[in-house]
Amino acid sequence: MSDTKTKAEKEPMFSPKILKLLKSPLNIENPITVQVLGICSALAVTVQMKPAIVMALSVTIVTAFSNLIISALRNTIPARIRIIVQLVVVAALVIIVDQVLKAYMYDVSKKLSVFVGLIITNCILMGRLEAFAMGNKPWPSFVDGIGNGLGYGLILVTVGFFRELLGSGKILGFAVVPKAFYEFGYANNGLMILPPMALITIGVIIWVQRTKSPELQEK
Amino acid sequence: MENLFNLFVRSIFIDNMIFAYFLGMCSFLAVSKTVKTSVGLGIAVTFVLIVTAPVNWLVDTYLLKPGALAWLSPDFADLDLSYLSFMIFIAVIAAIVQLVEMVVEKFSPALYNALGIFLPLIAVNCAILGVALFVQERDYHTISEVTVYAAGSGIGWFLAIASLAAIREKITYSNVPKPLRGLGISFILTGLMAIAFMSFMGIKI
Repeated sequence: MSDTKTKAEKEPMFSPKILKLLKSPLNIENPITVQVLGICSALAVTVQMKPAIVMALSVTIVTAFSNLIISALRNTIPARIRIIVQLVVVAALVIIVDQVLKAYMYDVSKKLSVFVGLIITNCILMGRLEAFAMGNKPWPSFVDGIGNGLGYGLILVTVGFFRELLGSGKILGFAVVPKAFYEFGYANNGLMILPPMALITIGVIIWVQRTKSPELQEK
Repeated sequence: MENLFNLFVRSIFIDNMIFAYFLGMCSFLAVSKTVKTSVGLGIAVTFVLIVTAPVNWLVDTYLLKPGALAWLSPDFADLDLSYLSFMIFIAVIAAIVQLVEMVVEKFSPALYNALGIFLPLIAVNCAILGVALFVQERDYHTISEVTVYAAGSGIGWFLAIASLAAIREKITYSNVPKPLRGLGISFILTGLMAIAFMSFMGIKI
């Protein structure tokens, strides 16, 4: 045990192992499509890209810092009350994020409504805290948090992109579908704006991803 | 009375926790493999919701809202503690879940065995915190409104998970494309069920 510890201390800041922590959640260990974590708050905020991006950033920040804090405290937290301790740390971070959003981006904060608060019960947080931060050093945990937050954000922004493009012909609020298209009879697909299409879009993303990497397929 | 009934039906079918707000999706997808376990989880969630939502509403109304502490002393009338609500709500939920677990274990071991493994999981189910936050955001005024809303949301969640589990049990016999098997098809199924549930929209009683 002490042997591995000294080894880990000698590792450079960005060793291949650390980089892997950052990259794998983007694809084969994606928190949403593979680990099935954090879907709860992911779907409702993806009607447009802007709230999706803000949500992704908030989750990344909260995941990274809660991983860092819990990992730094991991040897002092009694196993029995660890869930409560984790929840308190996460809730404190979410309160900070919520207050910052309310102060600087009030309209987005109104659009996200209760879903900022629901970051607390986002399963990505608890999942990563339990699975990674409780057993690893602060720096890898921090990177793991950023990686998972980005993996979550990637799916969120992709879903937001398609829903905004097909649903209202815009990207980030700017109209991108040329007027000529509408004159030829192209119409925005109103169904894409409704909640059910978020689920189906993610289903299709999973389909594409698993066709590309067959090792993820279930039997 | 009519108002309450309307709220009840609305929260089950139209504002369904799963199909309209996607709350509690993680356990919804993870546990819905068999009907038996999903019925157990559904009952547990409904039960915890009915207990926690009114308590959180009381805490919010008498402790956290702007000016809520005025009953204690007029000096506190302009105090606003609502920024603490996330932390207090989640602490109340975690504590009540723990309490419910102990009470159920003591008085009804049979129910405890049925729900046992699910109860601790419920503390981090987004549907529970979601209901508490929706109650706060929508300004429900009486405790009966809050209880009815919580019960309706719980029953809606129960209905959703039980029906998805039933479909998933059947779908094992069909020939689903390989990359879609398991998670992918569950997402698409939930999406189609949500579209079906949208037909309830606009109903008023």
